[in-house]
Amino acid sequence: MEADWNVKGRIFDIQKFSVHDGPGIRTIVFLKGCFLRCRWCCNPESQEHAIQTMTVGGKTKTIGRDVTVAEVMETVLKDLPYYRRSGGGVTLSGGEFLFQPEFSHALLAACREVGLNTAVESTGGAPFEVIEPMLPLIDHYLMDIKHINSEKHRAFTGRPNDLILENAPKIAQRVPHMVVRVPVIPTFNDTEEEIADIARFAATLRTVHEIHLLPYHRLGLDKYEGLGRTYTLPDIVPPTEEHMERLRQVAERSGLMCQIGG
Amino acid sequence: MQYNCKDLPKSPRIDRLKEHLFGGMPEIEAERAVLLTESYRATEGEPMIMRRAKAFEHILANISVTIRPEELIVGSTAVKPRGCQVFPEYSCEWLEEEFDTVATRSADPFYISDETKKTLQEVYKYWKGRTNSDLATSFMTPETLLAMEHNIFTPGNYFYNGVGHVSADYGKVLRMGFDGIAQEAKDALDRCSICDADYAARSSFLQAVIIACNAASRYARRYAALAREQAAGCTDPQRKAELEQIAANCERVPAKGASNFYEACQTFWFVQMLIQTESSGHSISPGRFDQYMYPYYKADMDAGRITPERAQELLDCVWVKLNDLNKVRDAVSAAGFAGYSMFQNMIAGGQTPNGQDATNELSYMCINASKNTMLPQPSLSVRVWNGSPHDFLIHAAELTRTGIGLPAYYNDEIIVPALLSRGLALEDARDYCIIGCVEPQKGGKTDGWHDAAFFNMCRPLELVFSSGKDKGVQVGPITEDVTNMTSFDQFFDAYRKQMEYMIELMVNADNAIDAAHAQRCPLPFLSGMVADCIGRGKSAQEGGAIYNFTGPQGFGIANVADALYAIRTLVFEQKKVSMAEMRDALIHNYGKPFCDVYAQQLTVDVVKEVVAKGMTLSDGQIGDIFAQIRANELPAEQKNRYGEILDMIDSLPHFGNDLDDVDKLAREAAYSYTRPVEKYKNPRGGVYHAGLYPVSANVPLGAQTGATADGRLAGTPVADGVSPTAGRDVNGPTASCNSVAKLDHGIASNGTLFNMKFHPSALKGRAGLESFVALIRAFFDQKGMHMQFNVVSRETLLDAQAHPENYKNLVVRVAGYSAMFTTLSRSLQDDIINRTEQGGF
Repeated sequence: MEADWNVKGRIFDIQKFSVHDGPGIRTIVFLKGCFLRCRWCCNPESQEHAIQTMTVGGKTKTIGRDVTVAEVMETVLKDLPYYRRSGGGVTLSGGEFLFQPEFSHALLAACREVGLNTAVESTGGAPFEVIEPMLPLIDHYLMDIKHINSEKHRAFTGRPNDLILENAPKIAQRVPHMVVRVPVIPTFNDTEEEIADIARFAATLRTVHEIHLLPYHRLGLDKYEGLGRTYTLPDIVPPTEEHMERLRQVAERSGLMCQIGG
Repeated sequence: MQYNCKDLPKSPRIDRLKEHLFGGMPEIEAERAVLLTESYRATEGEPMIMRRAKAFEHILANISVTIRPEELIVGSTAVKPRGCQVFPEYSCEWLEEEFDTVATRSADPFYISDETKKTLQEVYKYWKGRTNSDLATSFMTPETLLAMEHNIFTPGNYFYNGVGHVSADYGKVLRMGFDGIAQEAKDALDRCSICDADYAARSSFLQAVIIACNAASRYARRYAALAREQAAGCTDPQRKAELEQIAANCERVPAKGASNFYEACQTFWFVQMLIQTESSGHSISPGRFDQYMYPYYKADMDAGRITPERAQELLDCVWVKLNDLNKVRDAVSAAGFAGYSMFQNMIAGGQTPNGQDATNELSYMCINASKNTMLPQPSLSVRVWNGSPHDFLIHAAELTRTGIGLPAYYNDEIIVPALLSRGLALEDARDYCIIGCVEPQKGGKTDGWHDAAFFNMCRPLELVFSSGKDKGVQVGPITEDVTNMTSFDQFFDAYRKQMEYMIELMVNADNAIDAAHAQRCPLPFLSGMVADCIGRGKSAQEGGAIYNFTGPQGFGIANVADALYAIRTLVFEQKKVSMAEMRDALIHNYGKPFCDVYAQQLTVDVVKEVVAKGMTLSDGQIGDIFAQIRANELPAEQKNRYGEILDMIDSLPHFGNDLDDVDKLAREAAYSYTRPVEKYKNPRGGVYHAGLYPVSANVPLGAQTGATADGRLAGTPVADGVSPTAGRDVNGPTASCNSVAKLDHGIASNGTLFNMKFHPSALKGRAGLESFVALIRAFFDQKGMHMQFNVVSRETLLDAQAHPENYKNLVVRVAGYSAMFTTLSRSLQDDIINRTEQGGF
């Protein structure tokens, strides 16, 4: 089926020369709207689907614009030579690409049509029938699994994790390569036990060979203020290098390779 | 193929050699000037080529020879470390005028003793009216001299100095020695018939080559003698043995061909330093060192005569020696070539003349040597082609990551066809090397005259607004009054007309200087190592080389492109600004205060005018004028309007962001320089071809340029090379590269220069190196020609905090990702700066 390049969607940024979200040099398309409300989220402007205003450096900035697949592709294709030389491509991030399935599907199909490698950064938290048709179009599924305990997951992200944990093995069956990524958030999931639980689960997923632990950072703190929101996480500090290293060793006991950072 | 020569240890000797070399301020020495003048006085009336050879011989027979502590490779042009000789035959007035300031100036100071000053003053008496620069001036038209006086372009490099910018046939000397070259000249002499039409010139030239070659061999033997003498008095058995080895080497080479790698290194060095003794021209570029040295390395390795570690030590010693050569330039040129640079470009990797990959162990070891020595010389370059080993580029990227700014990367896939289009044979084009900054040529067969002039593309743009007048003087052609123009095409045509006229004058200047060099400063020693001077029976300066070019370089494309775009958009399309307003906004520097350096120039003009009217001014009055000019006070209404215009310009798209509209204009702007240039011929029988690069002249020449319609304020630097204007490219490195790749690099066959800045963190780990190499590869896939990188330091990051507008494109690694430094919050910036300080990367 031919991709429809006229489908419209809502994005808030396109970032080029990204080298940490999937293999090679990539262009990241940030889609607007997310199912979750993670309290540490470093892109809080991504959460609402509505177009918003945010104060950045004293100036008011509109966050979010409606674009066609063709418009996104025009920007994406500018860096084709870099993808070719580095084994890179396009990454859909957000927000959550599953929040705008029609647009995401059309965009992924367009990437396939022109031969681009595709990756998504996702929590996988949509009904599986929404996800399934897109999976043949995805080369790398970077799956966020934040906690195994559903109640704690709900407390920190606004939703339980049941759907996520249920979808994970199904997605893993249908994409060539999946990576499990865990934001390591002090007071939420930074104990050895919690990380071990996630790693053990990840190790059962068919196409998962590696797990990435992403240390909490405070980038994005200014954005909450810019959006007129309160940052609801207590005053926590990023985990130390030594602690991350311990968690890495714990995660590797699951049999997966583990790296710190994307 | 796998190479096991990537991690060779550094000999402790290297740091000690460095320490000695950089112990003090470099000094000006008078020996060469005295000996040269003695010889010239004794050879009055003889053919110039013979006088040059005899002077060279006289200098080499008598100038001091020095072996520095612990050296393995010997030969110094000056007694003092990094000292320099002077070359009065090219020009001397400037140095005499600068005697008292040369030690205290900010750019490249040199110590000069009172005794040296006195000696040189005596010597200079002989040279009044006899220098190369005197003759060149006499060949120029008044219009040319006027344009130079108004800083439209400057051919200062060759006007006051030797030409240099050459890569001799080092391989030839390694193979046959100077005895062999002298024999070749003798054979050619024997083949001459005394009734040949050119017998007089040809036979003098060949005799001159023989004299010069023999002088070089005898000079080396003076080092042999000195080493023997030092060995005799040496009590340290290890050093004694080293000195004896040095003596044996210098006894044999460069008279004979090299018989092992050590001798090859010593031969190379004598060639390098002696070219620099014959003439003051810089950018004497070793070129494809890894190719012509390789047979000697390989033979020693195969025979078990050398270890890679020993070879690396010798290479490192050569690298240190390349920093021993030095040159004193006039104050203005010193600012244009800041950093005592000799631009000795050496290139590793690439293709063989047959089109196969040429990378070998020495290619890797050259990169090791730069890493071991961490010195600015040689200007190490790397050739990249579709068949370059990935591993080699990663090794090069590791050197880039150190922040030394080396190597520069060159793209065979555009340079080879560019050179073919200028008439090089395929084998020669594939065998290119780089001269000086970025200029490609086939070494050993070319007199390239690269770097022939700095052409500031912003100045003709200024002239469009004044119909060719500068400071009230008609310097350029009279073009239509801008306020009468009704279309953008009319404006662009006027710009092209100003450009074409100034390019004509620049050609007049270069050809005048070229003719002077042929008459007054032919170089018999160098010419013996440039094909086919011996066959043609004339020096390279007279057209003896197989390939002859003149390559003057333009710069400021990004400013011109953005300015043209602003004029097209704001004046002609949107009609938001009238042409008169634009012109006045530029004259008044957008209502902003003038920077000191520009205000000084304006003050000088005003003072001159007043004095010309017969009035006198006190220092206080001059100070008041300066303060008034600098403040640039204007009525509020006017000031606000200019501010508005500047804001409008700032919010327009700019070159460097991968936006076709403005990038296409940049391509056209570059053509307004590159196309007219290629129409002209030089006196050596070759053609002109353009380069697009500034060395560091975009700063001093920018200081002489008024405000431009791209929003650039008066006196501030002009964009360097083909790079976007600093701070204007805000869409990341790939967008910046894509814009630059949209220029036509192929037509700029004298080289283009693209600067990029990265934070060391962006190259962190294997993944960082991989992305970095992929970026280079992808830029080169789009026919970009050259890239060089600043991997920036803490100081720069602090400056980026203070002046974020200049660093919008600086990429840093934050935590698990990279980001634009200036987009980060202050506290996070501090965090990264502190991390750097701890050496966490």
